[in-house]
Amino acid sequence: MLRLEARPIPSTLMGYAAPVIALLATVVFGSILFATLGKNPVAGLTVFFITPLETVRGLTEVGLKMVPLLLCALGLALCYRSNVWNIGAEGQLVVGGIVAGGVALLASPASIPGYFLLVLLAGMAGGMAWAAITAWLRDSFNANEILVSLMLSYVGGLLLLYLVNGPWKDPKGFNFPYSKTFDAVAMVPKLVPGTRLTWGIVIAFLALVVIWIFVARSKAGFRLQVAGHAPLAARFAGFSAREGIWMSLLICGALAGLAGALEVAGPLGQLTPQFSSGYGFAAIIVAWLGRLHPGGCVFAAFVMALIYIGGELSQSRLGLPAAITGVFQGMLLLSLLTADTFIHYRLRRV
Amino acid sequence: MEQLAPLIAATLSAGTPLLLAGIGLVVNERSGVVNLGAEGMMLIAAVAGFAVGFATGSPAAGLIAGAVAGMLFSLIFSALAIGLVTNQYATGLALTLFGAGLSAFAGLSYVGKSVPFKTTFEIPLLADIPFFGAAFFKLHPMVYFALLLTAVVAWMLARTRLGLVIRAVGESPESAHAIGYSVRAIRVGAVAFGGACCGLAGVYLSLIYTPLWVEGMVAGRGWIALALTTFATWRPWRVALGAYLFGSVTMIQFALQAEGIEIASQLLSMMPYIATIVVLALISRNPAFIRLNMPASLGKPFHP
Repeated sequence: MLRLEARPIPSTLMGYAAPVIALLATVVFGSILFATLGKNPVAGLTVFFITPLETVRGLTEVGLKMVPLLLCALGLALCYRSNVWNIGAEGQLVVGGIVAGGVALLASPASIPGYFLLVLLAGMAGGMAWAAITAWLRDSFNANEILVSLMLSYVGGLLLLYLVNGPWKDPKGFNFPYSKTFDAVAMVPKLVPGTRLTWGIVIAFLALVVIWIFVARSKAGFRLQVAGHAPLAARFAGFSAREGIWMSLLICGALAGLAGALEVAGPLGQLTPQFSSGYGFAAIIVAWLGRLHPGGCVFAAFVMALIYIGGELSQSRLGLPAAITGVFQGMLLLSLLTADTFIHYRLRRV
Repeated sequence: MEQLAPLIAATLSAGTPLLLAGIGLVVNERSGVVNLGAEGMMLIAAVAGFAVGFATGSPAAGLIAGAVAGMLFSLIFSALAIGLVTNQYATGLALTLFGAGLSAFAGLSYVGKSVPFKTTFEIPLLADIPFFGAAFFKLHPMVYFALLLTAVVAWMLARTRLGLVIRAVGESPESAHAIGYSVRAIRVGAVAFGGACCGLAGVYLSLIYTPLWVEGMVAGRGWIALALTTFATWRPWRVALGAYLFGSVTMIQFALQAEGIEIASQLLSMMPYIATIVVLALISRNPAFIRLNMPASLGKPFHP
């Protein structure tokens, strides 16, 4: 019989090894899944982990997917570190995209150069406002932020559907639920000509540096983490729990909103009903896989981007539905949680 | 008055999945375990039950398959959160994400198909009563089953030894452990019951309420059911009250449309979610009130 036994001190090694073990476990489960679906596991895994990295186009697509994943995960990691269970980054991203899209639709060729910066700021404001609802209800009403932020994600998604089917629908769009395409001044410039990759990736990495410095070097960042790890100690030290709720949610909202803005004013150039592809939810996995650390989130966002692209490719290369992405995401998070147990526990024979 | 009867009937039908899931989650949470995987279990059960119902042509087989699927899926949660002491919130969330992905993947071949099952049954004699017949006695048997389940669970939790043990495990697992109860086995059982109920709720949606399979068709009802347990302060009959309240919110949109009031359907569809947020905020406003009613060890891991 094996028995779980608490470790006297948590294992640092397991902390770093767990994401790698989880990834390997997902690969093994994935191979089994491919085999049961009658596909060659090696061919299947190649499509997910090798093919996207072989061409410039593939690499730029991976970079493109990393942008929203990384931005949302940075914000979520901050929330989870402060013990605020925000799972509504998806809604914050969508509303950020909506507000950014609204500002972008106002642009004309006569608008000032650099108008796209306004669009990005609008996206951040939109995401912040949406996250502020969760913060306010948690702070003033003690309402559970998990449920509120998730309900708001549904509301945000429906708001988007309403706008692209109603007031913002392109009258010349053959009745498709899309907005008009944005004017070129409202669009984020391309980073690699001839691909879809924009300066968004640079902006995302700038955000990474800012958040990293904030978490590791600033006093406010320190207060947040104490409030998360040791609420009692934070209270005795006079750190406000309210500050933690508001700050982490507003920062997360701003980052998610920025991600939404970069998506609509980047590769898409218009508002579409499903512009997000669930990035806000996938970013939850990214944040945990990245050990709630800004640097780790980069690695994790890269892996998650591969899974996204792999899912799209598996449709054309393997004849498997793109929905397989969701299966992989779920398996990854479940494996990670399992592996994480062994940071605090070990197995003993009894 | 005459228009009211079908609205009442529709409210009861719309509230039933919330009630089924909510009752299961109450037992689940009374044992001290939060399972945020409700939405995922409902989705898995919706597709599994639809597949079985579609293949066998038997709604009963579909419903049973849904309950079994929900229960089996909950075992993943139990293995991690109870067996391996992982964080309950994160594990439940993982279950929902996995369930959403797996159900979308498994359900692809059923998209657009529908099942020809009867969705209403008239109770002889009672259905002929004016007004009351149309409002209460021309429904699917699952609507009554949900109420029966509520009664049984309310009795079980309040009046039986089993209920006492479940509550003890939820209030103070250490004490329950010390007097010789297997905390983990009881919690696994409670979670499995929650899974089966969420499964029934999910398959009710795909076989009876809608009745077809669409990706993500549970549409947040699992989360609303989780909010209901707080709203109900973990009491079965209050879950029923809340479920029908939310059912009526869903129905208001149809009532408004029938009255000829022009509001975009997307805006009307927001109402259950906004109602959940408002209700949650109002009920949680007094932290002491919530803490008084909440199982004391809710969400806290237990390792013997």
